Amino acid sequence: MPGRIVSLYRNLLSKNSVEQALDDELQSSVELLTEEKMKEGHSQQEARRRALIELGGIEQVRTKVREIRVGRLLEDFAADLWLTRRTLVKSPVFTLTAIVTLALGIGANAVVFSVLNALLLRPVKVPNAQNFYLVQRFRHPPQSYPDYLDLRDRNRAFASLMAVKFAGEVGVDTGGNPSTAWPILTSGNYFDALGLRPHLGRFFHASDEQGVNSAPYVVLSYAYWRSHFDGDRSVVGQTVEINKHPLTIIGVAPEEFRGTDLIFSPAFWIPIAEEPTVLGSNSLPNRGEHNLWVMGRLKPGVPPAEAAADLDALGSWLSKTYPASDEGIKFTLASPGLLGDALARPARAFMAGVMLLAGLILLAACANLGSLFAARASDRAKEIAFRLALGSRRWRILRQLLTEALLVSLTGGAIGLAGSVMVLHGLSAWQPLPKIPVNVPVNPDARTYAVALLLAVASGLLFGIVPLRQVLRADPWQVIHTGMSSMGAMRRFTLRDVLLVVQIAICAVLVTSSLVAVRGMERSLHGSYGFQPRDAMIVQTNLHMAGYADDRMPEMQRRMLDAIATIPGVSAVGYAGDLPFSLGGSDSFVYSDNTTDFRPANQAADAMDYSISPGYLRAAETRLLAGRDVTFNDDLGSPAVALVNREFAVKLFGSVDKAVGGHFKLFGGKRIEVVGVVEDGKYRTLTEDQQPAMFSPFLQKVSSSTLLVVRSKRDPSEMAAALENKLHGIDPGLPLTIKTWTEEMGFALFATRVAAVALGVLGLLGAMLAVTGVFGMASYAVSRRLRELGIRVALGAGKREVLRTSLGHACRLLAIGSVAGLALGVAATRVLSHIVYQATPKDPMVLVGVVAAMLIIGLTAAWLPARRALAVDPLLLLREE
Amino acid sequence: MSEKRTDLLRGTLDLLILKALNLEPLHGVGISRRITQITKGAFEVSFGSLFPSLHRMEEKGWVEAEWRPSENNRRAKYYRLTAAGRAQLKLEEREWNQVVKIMTAAVESA
Repeated sequence: MPGRIVSLYRNLLSKNSVEQALDDELQSSVELLTEEKMKEGHSQQEARRRALIELGGIEQVRTKVREIRVGRLLEDFAADLWLTRRTLVKSPVFTLTAIVTLALGIGANAVVFSVLNALLLRPVKVPNAQNFYLVQRFRHPPQSYPDYLDLRDRNRAFASLMAVKFAGEVGVDTGGNPSTAWPILTSGNYFDALGLRPHLGRFFHASDEQGVNSAPYVVLSYAYWRSHFDGDRSVVGQTVEINKHPLTIIGVAPEEFRGTDLIFSPAFWIPIAEEPTVLGSNSLPNRGEHNLWVMGRLKPGVPPAEAAADLDALGSWLSKTYPASDEGIKFTLASPGLLGDALARPARAFMAGVMLLAGLILLAACANLGSLFAARASDRAKEIAFRLALGSRRWRILRQLLTEALLVSLTGGAIGLAGSVMVLHGLSAWQPLPKIPVNVPVNPDARTYAVALLLAVASGLLFGIVPLRQVLRADPWQVIHTGMSSMGAMRRFTLRDVLLVVQIAICAVLVTSSLVAVRGMERSLHGSYGFQPRDAMIVQTNLHMAGYADDRMPEMQRRMLDAIATIPGVSAVGYAGDLPFSLGGSDSFVYSDNTTDFRPANQAADAMDYSISPGYLRAAETRLLAGRDVTFNDDLGSPAVALVNREFAVKLFGSVDKAVGGHFKLFGGKRIEVVGVVEDGKYRTLTEDQQPAMFSPFLQKVSSSTLLVVRSKRDPSEMAAALENKLHGIDPGLPLTIKTWTEEMGFALFATRVAAVALGVLGLLGAMLAVTGVFGMASYAVSRRLRELGIRVALGAGKREVLRTSLGHACRLLAIGSVAGLALGVAATRVLSHIVYQATPKDPMVLVGVVAAMLIIGLTAAWLPARRALAVDPLLLLREE
Repeated sequence: MSEKRTDLLRGTLDLLILKALNLEPLHGVGISRRITQITKGAFEVSFGSLFPSLHRMEEKGWVEAEWRPSENNRRAKYYRLTAAGRAQLKLEEREWNQVVKIMTAAVESA
């Protein structure tokens, strides 16, 4: 073995002297043989000839010896690389096209994969994230504090359960420089449950929580500490005023810890015991108020199934013990990070879809390059034939072609990766919602790099082997005989044609999907939600915070409505306890009127549950289809009534007309009469299946949460000022948030916007690839047939015939590919409909759009080759050869 | 020609080269002639097979080479068996004898 290593070393480093020694040996052998032959009586010349024949050719023997030598593969590879570099530099346009195509394809994939990786594959950044779970109530994350305490103390599956509350924006005053920040309120065991060590100072612990106002502490995040305290180490022990309440900074969290949510990183953490102090309201004692996210790590060795069973048992215990608030409660496990199932499920479906499309882009790029490489190989048929004739092996030629493909794909991959890293850093720094510290940390990690490398190599091999058959079938004899044009040109459909059709089909799929997405997006902005967010303002306040007791709330809410109605320019105003698309929307099981056993299995529907005032329907522009609106007489003293939406009416009563006057029951048997039916709408997400919904009169279903919908065509800022003025005239202490309804909905539309942009970009990439593909094919076809075209022109062919001859084939392929792609794209949009609002391919605009796009692509790509074909000068061409 | 047969032939060639070099150091042409001689003209080794084999054996350390004047006073590259080469020769002879025994028995059994 050491001998071979020495040989390798010698062979690689002193290649020339090794070669020289071999040459010398062969020379001397020839001389020895010649001498022998001369002794046999031949003339010197004849003897030498015979010696050479016996040896079998110096060059041939030398090649054979070289082949057994250690390190030959490396040497050959270096030679391949050198030759490759030379051939690639010799055709810069080809090389550049290939590299750019691949850079786009691999870059797009790296970006998409990285986002997928960051959002779905990478666990949240907490120690031992793999057995870290979110406990949801039904399918929604928020829990109440009393329920949390029961979960925490009675479960047997979790090592420790902690609670997190998103507190919204708070005022921060460090002494003379007020600002705002987004903190998180947490249970005292938060940091200990996560197993974190502070970067500075200490964390708060479960033992610090001794009831309300017992833990006036704050722990800063590393980023906030750096940006707002300049990384000052003496910050521990300082006092900071949060919403005018002094809290003591006791520590700084480690740099890598950004909280338990992927897209929201809090500025600091405050013990939840301080909620009344800091937020001025106390939701903690209320078992019916669900606003905490409960999560924790399973005990070692406890499988999720066992934890689920434990939670089931706890759910039925809670259901029995607190029927008023927890009747029928059921807990489920979800992965934390993306707001539980609420966001993770659609995100997963969407990312899978986008990854698929990105994969298709790369596949299209490979098909594109494959046909380019095949075209090149057949142009190089003569060179290949010569090399075969001179004793080169087919394997060697193939390897060189593969080296070429790999060099191109690796270069393209490197450039694409560099581009995607820039895009990803941009995305990571991007704050999509102004003022809210939401961002998506999608910085690439080792996995992204590995995937990019893998894709580069795989695609290099993929398009590199396309010319394989050509090389294997190449016959040196025939090629040299007949010159350039024998390979492949005779057949009607070549491999290249198939590749082009595949590529165009893929591109048409991409164009179709992106058009469907863009149309869906357009519709979602102008579409029907079951209410009209344009020309409407939302006033939000919380009467609980403002100090009103439950029995005084409806009266106050009514006073606000009356006050707003007097503002000039207000055409309608209405109250709602909760609006569609708000994060909190609640739902309840409903049962048919004859139900006596209220098991979940017997439910007739799981309906969205809103409370509204008279006037809400007009203010929201929700159409009443049948029956009457709620009135101020529908109060606690009168029979329980409700409006339902069309879906609800059809599901429970069979039709809209039958619903009016009908009855249904809530859990526990409360009987409600349907007095009116309203149009269907969207309630939680734009892409949801149609949900049933009911709207109770606000006097029968009191809530401290107050949202006032104000319809007016007046300028929003003017209107906001008038509203604030009017409401503070009633009670100066009301905390008010005033926004337009469109702004309020930004969060709900955000996912759809991102989706439309992402799909639009992919579609554009697809279109670009189709252009380069058709362009390559068409210009190649024209250049191959220039001579023939010249002859045709000389024989009197008109422009039309010339065009038909030169580009007819390419156009046919384009048409076949487009039709196939359109059909596939229509099938593929089923996937899209999960995320993109109203994604339907049965839209004439989409069909027309795709056909038009493919036509434009074809025309653009064929323009230059066509001009070249038309400009053909028969004389010049005939003279050339 | 099938895979097996080339393998067998290559193995045979190695053994023949080692055997040829066992008596005295030889150059390439000398080895070729010696093989023809010891096989009584049955084998004529082509140089296209001989030189690659020699170089492989050199890399494996079975033979070593040096330049010295030939019988006619020309410079030639002479190969000589190393200790490892002699061990290899013994091994290959033993294996060969075994193959012959087995094959003979097999052929005669029918």
